[in-house]
Amino acid sequence: MNRAIAPARWLRVLVLSLVGALFAVPLVGMAEFTLREGNGHGWGHWADMLHPARPEVYAPLWQGLRNSLVLAVATIAIVMLLVAPTMVLVHLRFPRLRRWMEVVALLPIALPSIALVVGLAPIYLVIGHAFGTGIWSLAFAYGITCLPFAYRALQANLDAVDTRTHAEAARSLGASWGRVLLRVIAPNVRRGLMLAGLISVAVVLGEFTIASLLNRQNMQTALVVVSKIDPFVAVIMSLLSLALVFVLLLVIDRVGRLLTVRSGR
Amino acid sequence: MTLPLTAPHRTAAVARPDHEDGSGVRFAGVVKAFGAQRVLHGLDLDVAPGELVCLLGPSGCGKSTALRLLAGLEHLDGGRITIAGRDMAGVPTNKRDIGMVFQSYSLFPHLSVARNTAFGLRTRRVPAAEAAERVAAALELVGLAELAQRYPHQLSGGQQQRVALARALVTEPRVLLLDEPLSALDAKVRVQLRDEIRRIQQRLGITTVFVTHDQEEALAISDRVAVMNAGTIEQHGTPEDLYMRPATPFVAEFIGRSSLVPAMVSAGTATVLGRRVPLLGDRVDGPALVFVRPENLELGPEGAPAIVVATSYLGAVRRTQVRTEDGTELVVQHAAAERVETGALVRVQVRPEPVAARDPEA
Repeated sequence: MNRAIAPARWLRVLVLSLVGALFAVPLVGMAEFTLREGNGHGWGHWADMLHPARPEVYAPLWQGLRNSLVLAVATIAIVMLLVAPTMVLVHLRFPRLRRWMEVVALLPIALPSIALVVGLAPIYLVIGHAFGTGIWSLAFAYGITCLPFAYRALQANLDAVDTRTHAEAARSLGASWGRVLLRVIAPNVRRGLMLAGLISVAVVLGEFTIASLLNRQNMQTALVVVSKIDPFVAVIMSLLSLALVFVLLLVIDRVGRLLTVRSGR
Repeated sequence: MTLPLTAPHRTAAVARPDHEDGSGVRFAGVVKAFGAQRVLHGLDLDVAPGELVCLLGPSGCGKSTALRLLAGLEHLDGGRITIAGRDMAGVPTNKRDIGMVFQSYSLFPHLSVARNTAFGLRTRRVPAAEAAERVAAALELVGLAELAQRYPHQLSGGQQQRVALARALVTEPRVLLLDEPLSALDAKVRVQLRDEIRRIQQRLGITTVFVTHDQEEALAISDRVAVMNAGTIEQHGTPEDLYMRPATPFVAEFIGRSSLVPAMVSAGTATVLGRRVPLLGDRVDGPALVFVRPENLELGPEGAPAIVVATSYLGAVRRTQVRTEDGTELVVQHAAAERVETGALVRVQVRPEPVAARDPEA
């Protein structure tokens, strides 16, 4: 960094401290809240979550967590089996469609969730009749909300690799399109695929609006329900989900760096 | 089965009937357009089995498009392409039994040299032991056996293209396609690898189509060269034919170096710098411009007076640029020992070799 324009050390420390406090104060407050017991502090509320005498209180929570995990898996499947191959197809065979694909992929960011749900509600009537009302069907909607993030992660990786030449070389060596996709393209965009998958998990675990307005139960809606019975457990679960997303982001960063080093790029 | 490393012609070691009767290539009236723009206008070309033919031409002349059509990477808009007599219409790239080397480095970055080379064998479900043997032979052929476990990013550009060549050859394809494989390399490596490609091609006797815009490369490596311009073949023939007997002004200008000299055509001869020389092709009598090679001009006691503009020492020879009294600039190649000074008055004469001509106003 150019020292002439770099901020003074004290200013950097001050800015970092303020930003750190902005994030840390609510988290520390939440953690402190979960430890309150009468006039003192203890781990009682954390232990209550696993207490066999109160399953009816926490049942919605575990159900919500299970549903969110099912949705995360289904959403990743949509991203990997539908979004990624479509993007590769557009990239290799129909490059003129790329601008349109980009517009469509980024559109969900511009739409408020409530507007999305208003549009999705009648569609889900049809989906309910066709596929049933299982929680997994919510993944269709989550596939849309994850699309902008998954698209950016994948497109950046596709642009960084000469996928067209690699695909043509593999074809000339006798590979079918399936083999090209699995053996040549996928390993070279694995970083983008992994980022897209993990970002999708983070989005799904934090989603509330669509599940709530479509009357489905996921972890976030369950937290709201449980918070009315036991506010401590709701805050504990919020902390745990935040920690999980934080760990996921760390994994994304670590694995991303590792893959970059291994591929020598 | 291993690559026939020592066989003068691959047919002895690669005993496949379709190779025996020849894996020739034929372009017949091939037409290709991108949108409204036609890039190939009825291209006709035959490549004999075991022959190396260069498609040579300037950027945008359609040479790479022709190669990609042969590979099945583009769709044909008209005409036919056959390999070993079989029409390739509707045959996808992966079923054409070709090997291809691209201009950009096309090695798969996530695979080692050995696994890159084995890729085509794995798609053909060749048993692992046989594949390993053939990979080792192919890498030996291109002189990179000791780098089998390296990854592409650990190789130089020249090494990467050698691996790409090994990968293209290891499957023993009917036809080898080379799409400007040397243009990303520096001059010294380019010449080395060019010679190596030719050596390997002749050793294996594999039918090869080589695309390049570098006329020196084309002349050095080919059995025959097809000079392309604006989507058609202007002339095809041996390098000597093209150089000594260019059929069109474009070929005369594109192949080698020439000076354009005013001349008077009469009864199949041209009077150039006061001397009558044979004319290539038919032409009506009258004024014309003729293409004269530097080695077909000489400095001496006779000929047209001229002034030396510049002179360059090229090792074995010297090239001197002179300007005649009518302002025509000529490049003369002469012995390196024959020194001339810039500004000196000299006389320049044309040797009695055939010349190509074009209209003065073209």
